Amino acid sequence: MDAILFFLFATITVICAINMVLQRHPISSALSLIGVMGSLAVLYLLLGGEFIAMAQLIVYSGAIMVLFLFVIMLLNSGAEPKRSRHKILLFLGAPLLVILLGVIGYFIQGQIPAQEMVKFGSWESGPGKPAFGSPQNVGMSLFTSYLLPFEITSVLILIAILGAIVLARKEID
Amino acid sequence: MLPLPPGVPTAVPVTYYLILSAILFVIGGAGFLYRKNIITVFMSIELMLNAVNLSFVAFAYKFNKADGHIYSFFVMVVAAAEAAVGLAIILTVFKNRQTLEIDDIDSMKL
Repeated sequence: MDAILFFLFATITVICAINMVLQRHPISSALSLIGVMGSLAVLYLLLGGEFIAMAQLIVYSGAIMVLFLFVIMLLNSGAEPKRSRHKILLFLGAPLLVILLGVIGYFIQGQIPAQEMVKFGSWESGPGKPAFGSPQNVGMSLFTSYLLPFEITSVLILIAILGAIVLARKEID
Repeated sequence: MLPLPPGVPTAVPVTYYLILSAILFVIGGAGFLYRKNIITVFMSIELMLNAVNLSFVAFAYKFNKADGHIYSFFVMVVAAAEAAVGLAIILTVFKNRQTLEIDDIDSMKL
């Protein structure tokens, strides 16, 4: 059952990702990217990341993609025009990307033993001892060992809010 | 759980998740290099960030620790901040030049 779910959602993810790159209209790309993010949330759940799957759905496919769609519609961005002067780059670049994928795959296969199976539910450890990906456990690490990065993150977000306001505001003369 | 016919694998190795992550990263890189619309280029970067997040979560499973989840949580936070600032920059660029084609935005000053 795990394998079927994995292959189903991995296929959806890859198809949506390829569709995102191939679509000429930004709205189609954004909708495909929402598909990628939703299927990735299911894969996170299969890997035991309960908290991170929910955060993926709420933050990524919720907040960030709504921001993208909002900007695309605000700018009334149309389909990309077809341009043929970069054809040579396509033929040079595609094999290089495939080679990059092959090298990464080679190192993954070489470094990590393939016998280690992902078993859904193997992180269940009884009452009083939460699973490693549960909100309880993640929150405990986040507010003890990772407290300083967490606080720095709040400063980062504050700077991002100010930066976005400064960049997008109307000039008042 | 449903009974499966023999021969159908019941579980997949961790490496499959990592290879899926590599595939998504390469697709995102292709989008970043080939697309000409600045918003699509930006979305390709988001796809690459997502691919790396999948790697983090897979390694968190492998080592049975929550640290990978926290890293990917931080990646999400940084992506949210980056999206806010980046889209504001795109708005400003569009306001000044009335185009979203990255080939037309090739000078720092108007």
